[in-house]
Amino acid sequence: MPRLPRNPFLRSFVKLFTSLQLTIACLALAMVLIFVGTLAQAQIGIDQATEQYFRSFVVWWSPPGASWRIPIMPGGFTIGGVMLVNLIISHLYRFRLTFCKAGIWITHFGLIVLLLGELFTALFAEESYMSIQEGQTKTYSESHRRIEVVLIDQTDGVTDRVLAIDEDGLEPGASYQHPAMPLRLEVVDFFPNSQLFRKTPETAAFAAPAATRGAGANLTAREIPRTGRQDMRDISVAWIRVVGTDGEIGTWMVSNLFLDPRFNGEPQIFEHDGHTYRIELRQKRTYHPFAITLLDFAHDRYPGTNIPKNFSSHIRLVDPELNQDREVLIYMNHPLRHRGLTFYQHSFEAGDKGTVLQVVRNPSRHLPYISCALVFFGMTLQFVLHLDGFFRRRRSAA
Amino acid sequence: MKKRFPLIFALILAILILAVPLRPPPAEGFAWRQFSELPVLVNGRIKPLDTVARVSLLALRGKQSVKLEDARLSAIEWLAEVLYAPATADTRPVFLITDPDVLAIFGWQQDKEKFFAFEQLRPHLAEVDKQARLANDVPAEQRTRFQRHILELYNRLLLYQRLKNSLQPEDSPDFARELELFASALKPGIEALEARSREESFDNRAFDLFMTFAARYRDMSEQAYLRVVPPHQPQTEQQRSEWLTIGDALLHATAFGEIDPVVRAYAEAGRAYRAGDETGFNAAVAEITTLTADGYERELRKARHEGFFNRYQPFMSATVLYILAFLLACASWLSSGDTLRRTAWSTLVLAFLIHTSGLAFRVYLQGYAPVTNLYSSALGVGWGAVALGLAMEAVFRNGLGSAASGIFGFATLIIAHNLALASGSDTMEMMRAVLDNNFWLATHVTVITIGYSTTFLAGFLALFYIVMGAFTGWLDKPWITRPDGTVETNASALNRMVYGVLCFAVLFSFVGTVLGGIWADQSWGRFWGWDPKENGAALIVVWNAIILHARWGRYIGERGLMIMAVFGNIVTAWSWFGTNMLGIGLHSYGFMDAAFFWLMAFVASQLAIMLLGALSPRIAARVQKNAPASG
Repeated sequence: MPRLPRNPFLRSFVKLFTSLQLTIACLALAMVLIFVGTLAQAQIGIDQATEQYFRSFVVWWSPPGASWRIPIMPGGFTIGGVMLVNLIISHLYRFRLTFCKAGIWITHFGLIVLLLGELFTALFAEESYMSIQEGQTKTYSESHRRIEVVLIDQTDGVTDRVLAIDEDGLEPGASYQHPAMPLRLEVVDFFPNSQLFRKTPETAAFAAPAATRGAGANLTAREIPRTGRQDMRDISVAWIRVVGTDGEIGTWMVSNLFLDPRFNGEPQIFEHDGHTYRIELRQKRTYHPFAITLLDFAHDRYPGTNIPKNFSSHIRLVDPELNQDREVLIYMNHPLRHRGLTFYQHSFEAGDKGTVLQVVRNPSRHLPYISCALVFFGMTLQFVLHLDGFFRRRRSAA
Repeated sequence: MKKRFPLIFALILAILILAVPLRPPPAEGFAWRQFSELPVLVNGRIKPLDTVARVSLLALRGKQSVKLEDARLSAIEWLAEVLYAPATADTRPVFLITDPDVLAIFGWQQDKEKFFAFEQLRPHLAEVDKQARLANDVPAEQRTRFQRHILELYNRLLLYQRLKNSLQPEDSPDFARELELFASALKPGIEALEARSREESFDNRAFDLFMTFAARYRDMSEQAYLRVVPPHQPQTEQQRSEWLTIGDALLHATAFGEIDPVVRAYAEAGRAYRAGDETGFNAAVAEITTLTADGYERELRKARHEGFFNRYQPFMSATVLYILAFLLACASWLSSGDTLRRTAWSTLVLAFLIHTSGLAFRVYLQGYAPVTNLYSSALGVGWGAVALGLAMEAVFRNGLGSAASGIFGFATLIIAHNLALASGSDTMEMMRAVLDNNFWLATHVTVITIGYSTTFLAGFLALFYIVMGAFTGWLDKPWITRPDGTVETNASALNRMVYGVLCFAVLFSFVGTVLGGIWADQSWGRFWGWDPKENGAALIVVWNAIILHARWGRYIGERGLMIMAVFGNIVTAWSWFGTNMLGIGLHSYGFMDAAFFWLMAFVASQLAIMLLGALSPRIAARVQKNAPASG
């Protein structure tokens, strides 16, 4: 066991982080955090509660409608981080590496793996969705939450030229230009979530800019808080001014609602200088170097009920780089794993004619498995050692 | 005699319990037993009519029989009436309505009378429909009590209507006669139809008659609740499970040209029933059984076994035995000898065996691992805690394990009973696609269930410590005297028990929670989604870890351990039920408002016990006295 450092500052640091009181304080705070976070989920939805409580350094509170906020407790990153340091330093300085403590060492090591796994997942895991109709082929997946605004030069008909602005770049006043396009895009305004209305005298009071061209010319919007519910999607809306070499061409309103089949909207297309452009706001796309075609989707129910018995997607995977061209069946608990991505059967399109696959990249997905095995083994070992002592004492007592 | 008494006592109880389901059916009268064991397909599962009768009656009335002024109708007798003599059934008071606001829309006041007949509700059906439509548009978690109750009543009325139209159209005075007419209209009807499609001249009357029948049976097929006709010559297991309603079977008859004999036999049974003709009814039921046995022996056998299971009512008997064992164990502390304690133990073993047999029966009937929904989780948690308590009693032999097991087994089975009542549906339901996986049901769910059981067991032992310590001097009585003359008190024995059980609790709750995460990773690629149910499970792990670390660090002594272990009851109850009341998340089983009241009452009671533990002068005096020793 290393000796305590001489430096008084380091020394008190080590003392603090090896203390069992700190462990218990962290565990107690974790309980409070999980409990209030769970309650908050009922109001703001799972995704937002996770961001605000579990994947944050500080939990903030502000009264409804106020512009100020105060910190009320440490967030998941802080508590988890302190626990991690506490565990590691305690083992360096406090615990002796002996056989009768082996179970505790293994258990705690398993916990370190679990905490790191959750940290890596928070930092590196990506989730997106791929919804494919029967017979359709897709080479990209879409984010559930994040959106992007794109200007597409589709003159060619074969290859599109795309200028994409990520959600974070949609600051009012920002402007963007593709080096090979003569057009500049200026962000007039952006509402992450909104309600759309047809323009009427009553809606004139909304603080929303006006579109001069396209499908949104007679629409307006009101900003509302983002939804955190997993079964709902934000209706985002942005106003984009398109400026050509000889001045403004027009301001378009773009929204992901326009792309919803139920909205039944036309694509927003305009001509400029002999080129055909399309402008839209869509779920953020990630392109993959392979293509997936949905051959058939099946949705079995129990006879006489609406209870789903099984969903399955029969797909064809084509990856020219890796020389793969094969058919795959994706169904419950049997995902497809390819290039570090995992494709899970997630949901289905109306009428059972299309599938929705969840696409996950999580480089640290094996850590919980290792952790579970370690903790199980460690605790069992410790209890066997302990029970052995218990029965030996009993025998001597009897 | 005294030595054998516990064994003999348990044997007598066992015989009393088994005598009921094993009693042969009466030789005379309507063959209700055979009728009740006919297999039908409802909600995706093949079950006997008996189960349909009991579950439907529970949903409508909250009881398994109908009390009349001068007699009592069993569930199956009531169902036969609904199926075959709906006009009589409409006069039976089977709709339990207690909500004053629901009664108010009918213009009724809350009164002694809680049960209403369909006849009484008939004039108000349009109003129920309107109110239910209004309530249905409100998201489930925002509905008021009135809205929930009106929707519940609507669903019960719907179930009743569907039952009435299952074996015959409700308005058919003599369905067997109607089928004869249909049979004779079949051939000319089909000929007319074919001629019409060839654009030749056709018999207009035969065509119209045929189309009238077809429309009637299509309606019936849409309404029917029961699927009673097994498919002809199935090729696959899927086809084998696709049983038909009577309406479907009659529509199929238009293609085959003749009526399925099972349909005819069901109609014949109806005619005999209405005529009070016991022989005719029994012959028709025997006919259905014989027809089903041809190719569906397996389903028939299972239905018969489920009929036995329904009469056996293992969880009901176990409930009674658990409370008996608890009382015997308590009485054993007042008596000097060992007989009462051993009788408590033998009663508990019997209760446990019956409980186990019930779980095994469910696994066999359903084909899934034992814990599949909230109802069966209560059966499972109770079973796990009783098993541990039994083991503890075998080691410590002081009646404590028996008492804790008895009261806990009793409580969980009562909870299960109420959950079944609240759900108003069959407790053996088919699993949704994501959950339909026996490997994970068997590992994750079983381990987490043991995690809940152990945490509760520790909590209940601690509760016992606090109650006994605050009001009696029992804690300081010797439990065992060692050869060297030192004495271990009951308090110290309990201390070690609670600590040991908590060690198990932290192991099982941790592994169970992580296995759940691994299942989620396998199913939808997300190990930990911060779902309320997952968070609840994590709370149990963390709380158990806090207790153990506080004890290892000597921040708490015996009293602190007990108070904290009681708080474990609150944490576990929250994880088990509270998280279901949030109405969000992938795991939720549904919102239950009556349960919310009981959860709050339970939390309050546990807080009161904790307060008692902290403030009781008697316990405080013990702590003072033993302070130097525990340092």
